[in-house]
Amino acid sequence: MNQPMSDTQADQVTGTTPATDRKILVEVKGLKKYFPIKSGILFQREVAAVKAVDNVSFHIYEGETLGLVGESGCGKSTTGRTILQLYEATAGSIKFQGQEITNLKGAQLRKMRREMQMIFQDPYASLNPRMSVGRIVAEPLVVHNIGTKQEREDRVAELLELVGLNPYFVRRYPHEFSGGQRQRIGLARALALNPEFIVADEPISALDVSIQAQVVNLMQKLQETLGLTYLFIAHDLSMVRHLCDRVAVMYLGKIVEIAESEELYTNPLHPYTQALLSAVPVPDPVVEEKRQRIILKGDVPSPINPPTGCNFNTRCPVSVDMCYQEDPGLIEVQPEHWVACHRVD
Amino acid sequence: MAVAEGAEPISLQEQEESQRSNPWFDAWRLFRRNKASMVALGVILLIVFIAVTAKLWTNIGLIDARGGAVARHTVNPLNVAPQDSYPDPGLAARDDQGRNPYWCGWLTDEALVSVQDKYCSLPEPDAEKKQWVWLLGADSNGKDWLTQTIYGAQVSLAVGVVGATMSLVVGLIYGMISGFYGGRIDNAMMRFVDFMYGFPTLVFIILMQVYFTEVAREYQDQGRGGIVGFILDLNKDMGGLLFLFIALGVLNWIGMARHARGLVLSYRSKEFVEAARAVGASNRRIIFIHLLPNIIGPLIVLETLAIPGYIFTEAFLSFIGLGVQPGTPSWGAMISEVRQRGGFFSNRHILLVPSIALVITTLSFNFLGDGLRDAFDPRMRGT
Ligand SMILES: Nc1ncnc2c1ncn2[C@@H]1O[C@H](COP(=O)(O)OP(=O)(O)O)[C@@H](O)[C@H]1O
Ligand SMILES: [Mg+2]
Repeated sequence: MNQPMSDTQADQVTGTTPATDRKILVEVKGLKKYFPIKSGILFQREVAAVKAVDNVSFHIYEGETLGLVGESGCGKSTTGRTILQLYEATAGSIKFQGQEITNLKGAQLRKMRREMQMIFQDPYASLNPRMSVGRIVAEPLVVHNIGTKQEREDRVAELLELVGLNPYFVRRYPHEFSGGQRQRIGLARALALNPEFIVADEPISALDVSIQAQVVNLMQKLQETLGLTYLFIAHDLSMVRHLCDRVAVMYLGKIVEIAESEELYTNPLHPYTQALLSAVPVPDPVVEEKRQRIILKGDVPSPINPPTGCNFNTRCPVSVDMCYQEDPGLIEVQPEHWVACHRVD
Repeated sequence: MAVAEGAEPISLQEQEESQRSNPWFDAWRLFRRNKASMVALGVILLIVFIAVTAKLWTNIGLIDARGGAVARHTVNPLNVAPQDSYPDPGLAARDDQGRNPYWCGWLTDEALVSVQDKYCSLPEPDAEKKQWVWLLGADSNGKDWLTQTIYGAQVSLAVGVVGATMSLVVGLIYGMISGFYGGRIDNAMMRFVDFMYGFPTLVFIILMQVYFTEVAREYQDQGRGGIVGFILDLNKDMGGLLFLFIALGVLNWIGMARHARGLVLSYRSKEFVEAARAVGASNRRIIFIHLLPNIIGPLIVLETLAIPGYIFTEAFLSFIGLGVQPGTPSWGAMISEVRQRGGFFSNRHILLVPSIALVITTLSFNFLGDGLRDAFDPRMRGT
């Protein structure tokens, strides 16, 4: 049994985590992202803060897919965006290939951006409606001044083919495409700079079920051929299982459980994970029959004023006194299986 | 590479379609379908054409309302004819039917010879007297009414276009800076806008015009020069339009700034902007490539719909004598002319001509704006 992980211990614990000798690509330690809430007519003062991400630590191995799951509003997107330096971290450290990136500026940051890209949830908002597909996909190349015009055009055609689109589409505009096709275009744009790491923020949530699988399959195939590493964000556990190597479950700005995919599904330890899993339909009719949904009472508390102690205590079916006093840190209960709960032993 | 969903080959006809399908072209296609707007566009183009070629119309027989004579005759009825041969119609005694006499007349080859005191039923065409002047009568200075109406279009269009352009440019830049940089800058800039918004626009413009007029008078009395003198002279050369542009511009950008800021805020957080940031695009690129092309359409629509307001404001100011300088033809000033010397009942057309011109012009811009709005954002239709 390991010690509960406090803020200060976070470093050591995650630092010693990898039992395997897999290489860590992204390492996040004690990451916080607070959005200030300001008030006042002329001189605005900060009156409170949305604690969107509150002391989160995890790492992503090279070539794997880490799922990040949790209800909407729990801080998944903020985590992904802060890793990509789209938001400035309030506190904590993010290392990419061993290099600290939270303090990068200017040219160094631009160089780093070539290695990390993002695909988005809303296929309609993620492509500029006033740009042709060719310009959209070529934009990363233009921004980084890569290649001649002809070389860029060739590269765009190659990328479109790579994501399963007809290269003839370059002159078309986003509104002429379906949601699934738009996600492919977004994927082509993300791949233009040959990144190592892609944050996929609910890339299939807005798509028809029939098309979800196509996009997931494409992402998997690209991962194999290009050696990509994904942080795959989803709001429920159903799609994540066969796509992700490991899964992290987030609740109200904190990670409550991380484990390898199979382990998490077969042996969920945190009551919140159990509740999420109970909502996932099972294909086996016999098991499905017996499936009991755990309905959590109440609503998610406001991230402005999260509960003290364990922040799940307002909804937890098994909470005890200690849960209201002490924040349970993430502890490694089995190799590669971490959980933040006082009731787990 | 396997080709998947959506990659099915497209027909030749579809290919052709797709080449022309870009958002601006789509907007034009939608616009073209709107009959009222197409007619309005035609009317506006016609008015623009007439206004731009105003000189031509005066040269075919009408007297230049600006005091210049028809070149061929080198006669300026305003200057050449002795003043007392033009009894001021405004001062003339009303006839027994209570109507004001009104000037009509025509030019012969020699000169302006015949000035008749009529009630402005059009003078009978006469084979020997070749060219009508004062087709629609003249004002109390003997200036041709039709010519004034034509030159009035210049003023109205100038006010509409310059007002809209100034308001768009200033409001767009201000609103974009405010919305894009956000935070403290946004807060300070928007509080200023709120403050300005509190002013009753028209009262503010009137006070500004009064101020300009007073300054001009003072300078003239003292005969001073300098920058102020230069500006005053320029304004005079422009017939008072410079100060009108300034007065209109000072307040009208404010609404535009708010709209521009709102649009920037809504697009700034869109995921395609974030995607651009994620690849390392500069602020400049985000502003000019991603934000501007998306927000400019709705703003142009708004400005087009605001043009009638500018035209009306100019007409109103000129009507109360605070607009263009006396002698500059403007529809508002022409309507005011009717008020000053009467003729409201006896010579309705003198009121109707500038009024109808005003209504047609403003209505056309309204229909144009409606059509543009539907074309740029079909979801806004009917709002
Ligand atoms: N730019 C922002 N400014 C202020 N609050 C934000 C911002 N982005 C997200 N939040 C808040 O942070 C919390 C987490 O949001 P988000 O990361 O988008 O959640 P998720 O992606 O898990 O649905 C939410 O309460 C949200 O309202
Ligand atoms: Mg999200």
